[in-house]
Amino acid sequence: MNRIQQKLKEDKKLLSIYFSAGFPNLNDTVAIIKNLEKSGVDMIEIGLPFSDPLADGPTIQASSTQALKNGMTTEVLFNQLKDIRKTVSIPLIIMGYFNPILQYGVEAFCKKCKTIGIDGLIIPDLPIDVYNNEYKTIFETYGLINVFLITPQTSVERIKFIDSISNGFIYMVSSASVTGSSSGFGDAQINYFKRIADMTLKNPQIVGFGISNNETFTQATQYAKGAIIGSAFIKFLSNNTFNKIDEFSNSILN
Amino acid sequence: MTKNMNYNINNNGYYGEFGGAYIPEMLYPNVEELRQNYLKIMAEPSFKAEFDQLLKDYVGRPSPLYFAKRLSEKYTTKIYLKREDLNHTGAHKINNTIGQILMAQRLGKTRIIAETGAGQHGVATATVCALMGLECIVYMGEIDIARQAPNVARMKMLGAEVRPALSGSRTLKDATNEAIRDWINNPVNTHYIIGSVVGPHPYPDMVARFQAIVSEEIQWQLKDKEGTDKPDYVVACVGGGSNAAGAFYHYLNDTDVKLIAVEAAGKGIHSGQSAATSALGFEGIIHGSKTLLMQTNDGQITEPYSISAGLDYPGVGPMHAHLYKSGRAKFMSITDSEAMTAGLELSQLEGIIPAIESSHALAILNQKAFKTNDIVVINLSGRGDKDLQNYIDYFKL
Repeated sequence: MNRIQQKLKEDKKLLSIYFSAGFPNLNDTVAIIKNLEKSGVDMIEIGLPFSDPLADGPTIQASSTQALKNGMTTEVLFNQLKDIRKTVSIPLIIMGYFNPILQYGVEAFCKKCKTIGIDGLIIPDLPIDVYNNEYKTIFETYGLINVFLITPQTSVERIKFIDSISNGFIYMVSSASVTGSSSGFGDAQINYFKRIADMTLKNPQIVGFGISNNETFTQATQYAKGAIIGSAFIKFLSNNTFNKIDEFSNSILN
Repeated sequence: MTKNMNYNINNNGYYGEFGGAYIPEMLYPNVEELRQNYLKIMAEPSFKAEFDQLLKDYVGRPSPLYFAKRLSEKYTTKIYLKREDLNHTGAHKINNTIGQILMAQRLGKTRIIAETGAGQHGVATATVCALMGLECIVYMGEIDIARQAPNVARMKMLGAEVRPALSGSRTLKDATNEAIRDWINNPVNTHYIIGSVVGPHPYPDMVARFQAIVSEEIQWQLKDKEGTDKPDYVVACVGGGSNAAGAFYHYLNDTDVKLIAVEAAGKGIHSGQSAATSALGFEGIIHGSKTLLMQTNDGQITEPYSISAGLDYPGVGPMHAHLYKSGRAKFMSITDSEAMTAGLELSQLEGIIPAIESSHALAILNQKAFKTNDIVVINLSGRGDKDLQNYIDYFKL
């Protein structure tokens, strides 16, 4: 069983952390992953930086731009990660936009992920129908879970369809927004969390966008299996050293 | 090239292998709403009537098809200029913004966003928003705001808010990213008026259809003047490619008519400062569309360069990617200096100061020999008023 699927079976609320690979410094990737695992988070999303990240707000954009300036490429990231499974057992997901993956070659990319021990991919601009028609078998061949997003505007039929083709979790975007733009959840979002929870989908949901502290983590996970933090962690990394990562995780979980 | 090929969009939103809608889920409801409705709305008699009436009374259409006598004598061929430069706001851009504002109204949208590079599309969008009394926000790269001050002032005077794009390279590509992010953040009340035949399906097709009036008019105007509705060549410049899409549209599947798309070579195709996407780009995804784009081997989108801000885009619309790949259109490229020279030449031979974008199309007359009785229609997509400072600096006028 895939590490993500195993993790989802645990009887607890999950904290997943996103960071942009190559930020703040090119070679920080492995140290950040190790410290995150040690700090008690449940999953890690490694951001493959892109020049034009359409779904991301200013914080993640700026970290991607910096990572690219630092020299991050797909090949460099794979090299940094090549021995990661010797020391780290936490589920690892690569999150990136489709173009860099397309240029690497989708099959070559997936194959490399399997070799390294990556468990899943989140590719926000890979359309569901294109995935289904062209790439699903490749992902399955290499044991990768593809994670789809839903938003408050996603129709019930489409959510059901997404649920039917997912085999890990559903990334529930908390509000109609780019990353890092919300502060606290209002009634509309809570109602949306409830509405999705009531659908009793086969895949658990993990909430992303707008989670930045213990309060929002607790609110989101009242209705969902877990929550993802990106921008708040990147802001933290800009101002703190790695040995303080456990303080960050503790501030969310406790 | 296959004789019976169809160069229009297919039912899945692709031109050959190019196109599609590579968008995050957050944009799906908006784009899907548009996809499901655009053809239906465009076919409504009331829509057509209002669109036609505004093009006539407000834009000033039909734009003349002008036989350029002295230019024709110099190049010993028959050259017609399609005078999109005479449209209200000075370019073809208004054809599309009129169409899209009517579309937005019928979709019940109350807030309009747009991206702009040089400011021409921004001005055309601010204009139609003023006309219809809709809120208008135009994203423009911080660097472009500084170098296109007159158009920024025009947009403000028309009541639009101009928001600087501060990310990335702070030019057109980043303004487009910011507009897309705005749309993600405002999914219900907002319509995004994209300015070219780029972006996710159905935008490339919708914008091409609104610009198709250009070739529709060329057909009957040429029939009047030459007794045939078919020129031997249609020539247009391509940045994203909206004026070319309009000029080519009704000739796409008529291979008797040769199509020439002219890209900006900047300081030379291999100078590292160029926007000649067909020569320098390869297949990838930009702004939601699979097309040809300038990028690193690693898939990061690179910065184009041209003296002409309207051609300064790192991709081409998927229709053009298909026209290039299939060989249906011939792609040529023109450097800054060749374009500037052609702009000066048209000014002095015909008394028409062209936009630098359009000067690129004119400049192929020096690269390609046409036969004496060839009919060559060049789309004069915009007027040169906005470029005066550039011409002044370049020629030390």
